[in-house]
Amino acid sequence: MRSGLSSPELTLGRKLISINWFLILLIGLVAGVGFAMLYSAADGNMQPWAERQMLRFGVAVAVMIVVATINIRIWLRYAYVLYFVALALLVAVEVAGYVGMGAQRWLSLGFVNIQPSELMKIFLVLALARYFNAGAIEDIGSITRLIVPIALIAAPTVLILRQPDLGTAIMVAMTGGAVLFLAGVRLWKFAVVGIGALAAAPIAWQFLHEYQKKRVLTFLNPETDPLGAGYHIIQSKIALGSGGLMGKGFMLGPQSHLHFLPEMQTDFIFTMLAEEFGLVGGLALIVLYALIVTYGIVIAIKSRNQFGRLVAGGITTTFFLYVFINIAMVTGLIPVVGVPLPLVSYGGTVMLTLMIGFGLVIGVGVHRDVPVGRRGEAEGL
Amino acid sequence: MNRDPDRQKIFTRRAAMLAGGKAVLLTALAGRLYYLQVVEADRYATLADENRINLRLLAPPRGRIIDRFGRPLAENQQNYRLQLVPEDVKGSEIQEVLDHVQKIVTLTEGDKRRIIREVRRNRAFVPVTLKENLSWSEVARIEINAPDLPGLMIDVGRSRRYPFGPEAAHVLGYVASVSENDLDDDPLLKLPGFRVGRAGIEKVHDLDLRGTGGSSEVEVNAFGRMIRELSRREGQPGAEVMLTLDMGLQKYIAERLGTESASVVVMDVRNGDVLAMVSNPSYDSNDFNRGLSTGEWQELVNNERAPLINKSIAGVYPPGSTFKMMVLLAALEKGVISPDHKIHCSGEYELGDAKFHCWKRHGHGFVDALEAVTESCDVYFYEIAKRTGIDRIAATARKFGLDLPTGIDLPGEQGGLIPTRDWKRATRDEPWHQGETVIAGIGQGFVLLTPLQMALMTARIANGGRAVTPHLTRAIGGVPADRRAPDAAPSLNIPPGHLELVMEAMNRVVNHPTGTARRSNTGIEDFPMAGKTGTVQVRRISKAEREQGVRKNEELPWKYRDHALFVGFAPVENPRYAVSVVVEHGGGGSTTAAPIAKDVLVEAYNRGSAGPGVAIAGAQPQPRKQDAATETAEKPAELATRSDGGT
Repeated sequence: MRSGLSSPELTLGRKLISINWFLILLIGLVAGVGFAMLYSAADGNMQPWAERQMLRFGVAVAVMIVVATINIRIWLRYAYVLYFVALALLVAVEVAGYVGMGAQRWLSLGFVNIQPSELMKIFLVLALARYFNAGAIEDIGSITRLIVPIALIAAPTVLILRQPDLGTAIMVAMTGGAVLFLAGVRLWKFAVVGIGALAAAPIAWQFLHEYQKKRVLTFLNPETDPLGAGYHIIQSKIALGSGGLMGKGFMLGPQSHLHFLPEMQTDFIFTMLAEEFGLVGGLALIVLYALIVTYGIVIAIKSRNQFGRLVAGGITTTFFLYVFINIAMVTGLIPVVGVPLPLVSYGGTVMLTLMIGFGLVIGVGVHRDVPVGRRGEAEGL
Repeated sequence: MNRDPDRQKIFTRRAAMLAGGKAVLLTALAGRLYYLQVVEADRYATLADENRINLRLLAPPRGRIIDRFGRPLAENQQNYRLQLVPEDVKGSEIQEVLDHVQKIVTLTEGDKRRIIREVRRNRAFVPVTLKENLSWSEVARIEINAPDLPGLMIDVGRSRRYPFGPEAAHVLGYVASVSENDLDDDPLLKLPGFRVGRAGIEKVHDLDLRGTGGSSEVEVNAFGRMIRELSRREGQPGAEVMLTLDMGLQKYIAERLGTESASVVVMDVRNGDVLAMVSNPSYDSNDFNRGLSTGEWQELVNNERAPLINKSIAGVYPPGSTFKMMVLLAALEKGVISPDHKIHCSGEYELGDAKFHCWKRHGHGFVDALEAVTESCDVYFYEIAKRTGIDRIAATARKFGLDLPTGIDLPGEQGGLIPTRDWKRATRDEPWHQGETVIAGIGQGFVLLTPLQMALMTARIANGGRAVTPHLTRAIGGVPADRRAPDAAPSLNIPPGHLELVMEAMNRVVNHPTGTARRSNTGIEDFPMAGKTGTVQVRRISKAEREQGVRKNEELPWKYRDHALFVGFAPVENPRYAVSVVVEHGGGGSTTAAPIAKDVLVEAYNRGSAGPGVAIAGAQPQPRKQDAATETAEKPAELATRSDGGT
């Protein structure tokens, strides 16, 4: 160990050079779109959203770069620790969290309020990546080898569902599933789980909260309740549709600026963008997101260790899920589940979570040639 | 080494599959956006406009009402009202603000309750009216205190004003808030504070006076607050209505009547223009606009002199001796008498068991037609009525338009009653008695007329038997009301000799030493008056009282005194004016009504009331001109009409 022969330790300078700066530029571009939209949402003011979001982004970029330069083996070593800390925090939320927006999601640490469910999205990926990093390819085929990872996924999912936060629970579960998929779990097993899930849906329905049921029903037919639960999605579709091909112009979206569009600085910010910049603007942002996802996948594929591949692939999928669920939700393709648009919606915890995630993805790229043993030790000796 | 190359291969394959799935989903999003923003764009653009655009109605200014000389009778004045915008009241309760306002303008407890209710009901940016019709001093006091009164503002609206107050109230009517029954297709009616004509000319010409509403498209936000005006379409202001009235004469009459409960109607005999129509006592139309208190309303309703009723068209009275012209014309036409046929009056007339009295206790002796009218001999008319028969009298009265409402352009007109045998059989299922014909001969019994009908009858006698019809509207929006040319009214087919006799008799009533109205001659050589007095008993005089001496009017309570009537025309040659005067419980026709008629006609003569008035074209409301050139071109014409109006 200690300054291995086949893989000399990278110096900080070399790490910084090998950071994927183009990916950071893309992230910056998307965040910049967010600043512009928050500026517009406040009718042309930096307050109350744009300025704070820029400050958070600045801090988050620094955190991202620090995360990217930390040796990937350290992440592997502490993967389970971080996972269980996040799980403990989720339990703490259950016990001592406070209620915000009708659900118990937040934990006050005195100086800052954190949302453990956001952290869990990252740390679950780390834990699963470590688990599959250790296993041999033959082990994947064994059912018994799947008990631990399914437990790792199920524990936080159930806790988050109880908050209740259906959107995040689905994302956590799907992220976990994606890691399993990338690790090579047989496709028929996913099919079995999928069929099982469909069969269990009526039972799960019983456990949904009234407002969650209402959201699903409203999704199926928003016009049944145009002034109540269907109001958001109807107004969102009107804003999108009236934006047309080229949009109403920056800061000129009537639906947004006359407050017909609810929560335009958070969940419905994509609607505002598409109202003001039209189909052209909406597609441009989707293309930016697609490029970021592509870079994440490329980094994952190029990594020479399984841990790095699964981490980059899993986190990229989390990011993709944010994008897809949010846009599908505001365009009326899926029920409103309260998932923000990554890097654009106003909000601190999500921003920090995402940037830590990108830090890890970039870190995987930086450390792609670092040999990682099954237990996190440097390989080859 | 380990089997990492295998794991990498599997990972790469799986990652590619996952990436493919992501690409499909992102493409689905793009497709969804395309569907919403291109395919369905028009539908959503419409929905978005429906969201944010509110159409607001703009009330047009109500048309003015002017008299024949262009004097305004109803106009719009600025109405200052105090409004409160609740959201601008910072840091204090509405109650405190109201307490503060109370020190400046008076607010009743009811006002305060209404205000607090409206503040609670509306959104915080909707102004609530605290008080309407502020006086100038109140406006000034509020403006001075403005810095201490956040959230208060003074709003200027339009309200109806009647410069002459009670003097033409029955003709003009008044405007009032829209009630459930008024609602029709006109969206203006749903505007808060909109007023519609509720009586008189305001009601008859409401649609013309109202105009058509403009509209303003405003952008509103999700809470209904107005952001900006997008477009504006001005409405059409209400049309100006010119009346045939001479307000100067009208005002003179109202003053002349003082406190009497009376009606005076003055008509132009040539064309039916109503020059004055006064019903006394009256009410002030402005009070109705302001809103009456229950007490004020009760006072108007319970007043025994009925100020709310337009006696000229809705009061029905026995015409008394003023009906004698009709009886005489009917008798002449039937040929039951010749003009110089004399009938003896002993002061009494017996028919079977019944005994009818002449007003002159010891009789007139032998009288012919002229003498009978001049001295108003009752016995002569008992006799010729009996000879003529009620149905023939009614036929003549019908020619003069006395059996039906005249159709004047006012709401609420009553017709009088001209009885016939058929009428009595149909309504009372009783046969007609001859005694009823006798009493109808002196315009009592069943016969009832409105003062307007009396004026119309006189006008139709004075114009040589032509069927003019009375009307008040001279022009609407500069367009003359449909009107026949002067002297073009159809003939009533009364033999000219008969009419000349009646007119000469009426001349003598005033200008002959034996006439009942001899003291009421005009004293103007080229404007002598002719007419007929009438005195109508409203109580039965018992036999006992008659023997002891009939009590004088002054000795009786007001309600039991006789009605005093006079109908007349002037000048005697080529008459221009017809007048009817009815003074309820006013005493004698010759002592009370005739002097009023004389004064009214002299005033009309001095004023030239029937003169041409303002050129009608000049009264046309000018559409608002943006072009300065047209504006200046228009001005000389306007000045010309003004100077015309002064003559």
